[in-house]
Amino acid sequence: MPQMNVNPTRMELTRLKSQLATAVRGHDLMKDKRDELMRRFMDLIRKNKELREKVEAELTEALHSVLLARAVMSREMLEEAVMYPTRRMDINIEMVNLMSVEVPSIKYKEDDSADVSMYPYGFANTSGELDSAIARLHEILPDMLELAQVEKTCQRLADEIERTRRRVNALEYIMIPQLEETIRYITMKLDENERSTLTRLMKVKEMLQERNL
Amino acid sequence: MYKVGVIGDRDSVVGFRSLGLDVFAVYNFDEAAACIDTLAKEDYAVLFVTENMAEGIENVIAKYRDRVFPIITLIPSNQGVKGIGMQDLKRNVEKAVGADILFGKEG
Repeated sequence: MPQMNVNPTRMELTRLKSQLATAVRGHDLMKDKRDELMRRFMDLIRKNKELREKVEAELTEALHSVLLARAVMSREMLEEAVMYPTRRMDINIEMVNLMSVEVPSIKYKEDDSADVSMYPYGFANTSGELDSAIARLHEILPDMLELAQVEKTCQRLADEIERTRRRVNALEYIMIPQLEETIRYITMKLDENERSTLTRLMKVKEMLQERNL
Repeated sequence: MYKVGVIGDRDSVVGFRSLGLDVFAVYNFDEAAACIDTLAKEDYAVLFVTENMAEGIENVIAKYRDRVFPIITLIPSNQGVKGIGMQDLKRNVEKAVGADILFGKEG
């Protein structure tokens, strides 16, 4: 590891030593952060996988039902049937701070105050397949929203973990060795100076003694 | 209050309409990309995009990856699951852990 380009002075040494202390402390903190992030991520990503598998399976089925409904009704009829939904989906999203990563938390509220059925059409012109398709979609929706939330959280955590890991590595393999190397260099240089001063003094003393004789 | 949008081909997304979601039927990748860009500027927080539309506009979706909103989530279309959503999940794992530990294969 190359040392830094500094003057070998005592002041510089003190400065570098305090810098090294900070770097080591930062490194420890970063490492803890990375480990904790990783732990949370592992929990979440498992959940994410389960949710995604569930949503994908159920949604495929539900869309299959829609396809069936579409097969027995004309497109115009189908679209007309669902044109004016009886409910309105509103969601509220709060940002939650998870290990200094902002992650979304979705709260959804379905406006079912009006006491009407969730089927926005009369039953005369539509087929039963559409009913079951809509019932299925309705069932999956909370899972879909949760999936959206968990997936985004995982995504952001993954990004943050990568960043943190990079910092940990930069500190561990570059900053800290470099500082240590430079500190050693300065210490050795200072010692060397001290030794040469000492020898010079001894030499001078010797010469003085010789002259006095 | 935020809104939820669904983007995809007409037959896949029509059902979501009855749930009170905002449905946007698109017919090709360009339309899908434009649709996402437009909706992102409005207060749509969650966008569900069908996989068959998402596969052609990866760069647009990647653009919103770093942002908090909108949350873009891939859903299967009525042609079945393509595994793109799972692929993204896997990529997250690899990014964070360095190896794929969820799916039992070493990256």
